[in-house]
Amino acid sequence: MQLTGAEIVMRCLHEEKVEYVFGYPGGSVLYIYDELFKQDKFKHVLVRHEQAAVHAADAYSRSSNKIGVCLVTSGPGVTNAVTGIATAHMDSVPIVIISGQVPTAYIGQDAFQECDTVGITRPCVKHNFLVKDVKDLAITLKKAFYIARTGRPGPVLVDIPKDITNQKCEFEYPKTVTMRSYNPVVKGHSGQIKKAVQMLLEAKRPMIYAGGGVILSDAAERLTKLARSLGYPVTNTLMGLGGYPATDKQSLGMLGMHGTYEANMAMQNCDVLIAVGARFDDRVIGNPKHFAEVSRKIIHIDVDPSSISKRVKVDVPIVGNLPDVLDELQKVLEASAGVPDPKALAAWWKQIDEWRGKKSLKYKQGKEIIMPQYVIEKLYEVTGGDAFITSDVGQHQMWAAQYYKFDKPRRWINSGGLGTMGVGLPYAMGVRFANPKATVACVTGEGSIQMNIQELSTAKQFRLPIKIINLNNRYLGMVRQWQQMFHGNRYAESYWDALPDFVKLAEAYGHVGMKIERPADVEPALREAFSTKHKNDLVFMDFITDQTANVYPMIAAGKGLSEMILAEEL
Amino acid sequence: MRHIISILIENEAGALSRVSGLFSARAFNIESLTVAPTEDASLSRMTIVSTGSDDVIEQITKQLNKLIDVVKVVDLSEAAHIERELMLVKVRAAGKDREEMKRIADIFRGRIIDVTDSTYVIELTGNGSKLDAFLEAIDRTLILETVRTGVSGIGRGDRILKV
Repeated sequence: MQLTGAEIVMRCLHEEKVEYVFGYPGGSVLYIYDELFKQDKFKHVLVRHEQAAVHAADAYSRSSNKIGVCLVTSGPGVTNAVTGIATAHMDSVPIVIISGQVPTAYIGQDAFQECDTVGITRPCVKHNFLVKDVKDLAITLKKAFYIARTGRPGPVLVDIPKDITNQKCEFEYPKTVTMRSYNPVVKGHSGQIKKAVQMLLEAKRPMIYAGGGVILSDAAERLTKLARSLGYPVTNTLMGLGGYPATDKQSLGMLGMHGTYEANMAMQNCDVLIAVGARFDDRVIGNPKHFAEVSRKIIHIDVDPSSISKRVKVDVPIVGNLPDVLDELQKVLEASAGVPDPKALAAWWKQIDEWRGKKSLKYKQGKEIIMPQYVIEKLYEVTGGDAFITSDVGQHQMWAAQYYKFDKPRRWINSGGLGTMGVGLPYAMGVRFANPKATVACVTGEGSIQMNIQELSTAKQFRLPIKIINLNNRYLGMVRQWQQMFHGNRYAESYWDALPDFVKLAEAYGHVGMKIERPADVEPALREAFSTKHKNDLVFMDFITDQTANVYPMIAAGKGLSEMILAEEL
Repeated sequence: MRHIISILIENEAGALSRVSGLFSARAFNIESLTVAPTEDASLSRMTIVSTGSDDVIEQITKQLNKLIDVVKVVDLSEAAHIERELMLVKVRAAGKDREEMKRIADIFRGRIIDVTDSTYVIELTGNGSKLDAFLEAIDRTLILETVRTGVSGIGRGDRILKV
């Protein structure tokens, strides 16, 4: 049967079992929206700004491993989406973006709402396409979904000129797709895996360093099994939180710029390091020269060969899909006669416990002023540690990562790579669509929340009972912290002279607002917000917190892992 | 170290910009880049000359392989290979210079492919240093225009880059 391009788009999305499309209509996508109107197999979520459409699709994917889909118009629709696309790209999140384009004959004519979408998005997508013939539309969309989810996942954009959406051709959705230029590696090299097991068993001071790849590839269970059968300490990156249970005794917590003392010291001083789906980035190991001062053997498992030996030299590189590689590692380990050296391991754990004794996350909660860390600890208690937590970017993000103990993967949703302020609220929306019964809280600050505050309107339209934890210190906290530590206390443009009344603002959008100013009120307010009384409400909790609280421990930019600044040293 | 990297890439619109964009985004160096379709019109072959430490070259090949449209990447300079570059030089060739210019072109096995009363266009192929040597050998003030294609390279013997 002959279908129009717009009908083909619908049919492809149906074939891919898409449940939600996050988007915003406009001139170039009107034929597509007209067909969208006529179908009921997926729902469309109308956001208030295209950036939020991409963030919501991104979080939908992060919290479920289903592919998030968004639909935006040409020109400003696309340019607004770019921040969202770059955010997903930096964290390797599989999403598909469909963008309208001006009619084929107008391309290059500086037409109304025209931009070079493929050119603008090229550096921040895994791949992109411009469809020039309606006959290529179905296979292109098939490829988009395939490329997004396989190998190292990432966003794929399909740009469709308006005339293509109104032209007809025969439709058949391809069942499979093969590309001679794209064949991601799945199985790890068996010789390398044997070498890795040997190296792990010979370790005196072993360390497991697990990143976002563990979450993205659904490898958390396998990693946990491997770590437990070895009895080795585990640290998670910001993106890897939940990849190994944080409450487990083998967990050293998060490492990196704001990691725990024990995680960073163990990372620096280990003799065998196995990196699993992590990429040794600057926020994790700090200065690579300092990291290299201590010699250690490194095993690195990653699906993306270009992540290996990029910032640090690796002894045993293993390229492959994490679950496959971890299964194979486990098999070889179980078949091997060797066991970890119990004496050396006991001594190593004794050293780690000594580092733990520093209690690098301690802080003091007085009677007058709310400490932000305290709010997160109470949030953890009140939600039983089982909520989906999204965050924005800044101090509150680090406190949420440090004080909320994630035991399960896909529960911690934040922008780690790009560090995009404004993701928190649209992320919470995407999480809730993917997990319609889940408790979803957005930890944010008064700076970040204002970057996508308009989405309070979307949340109302779709009755999303998100709980917003606004840690309001009247400062761009992380900027203020750096200005205090490295710029002579000159707080350039980091103080908010005018802030809205967030309670009234929430109410204006039809939500519930609360202002909490005293430590004693923190827990009761949280209990109320998460109670059945508000089970259908979005509750905006404006916590007025300490203005001078800093995130510790901290490794200053360019410093090494063992050069942490601790709270007590100030 | 100087490396010659050969790439087979899907012959699609924008393929070149994916490669050149990668080099600028990751601050990799490009000395020259040539591209044209192969005998199979669905594929283009690119030759890139770049300089960098072994680590940088390793990243370049890995990042190129990561591009979805790239089918194969080979570092030609890892083994025996041949490189050639084509240069066209327009020179002033009048009076006493006319005979001298022809003589030097012959020595370099260049060919004169366009002639006017006062100019020649000389075609020259070879590796980069041969072309440089030719430009050194002639009187600089006589050079009106030069155009070079950048390096094309191919492996010797059984080293074959093909799908």
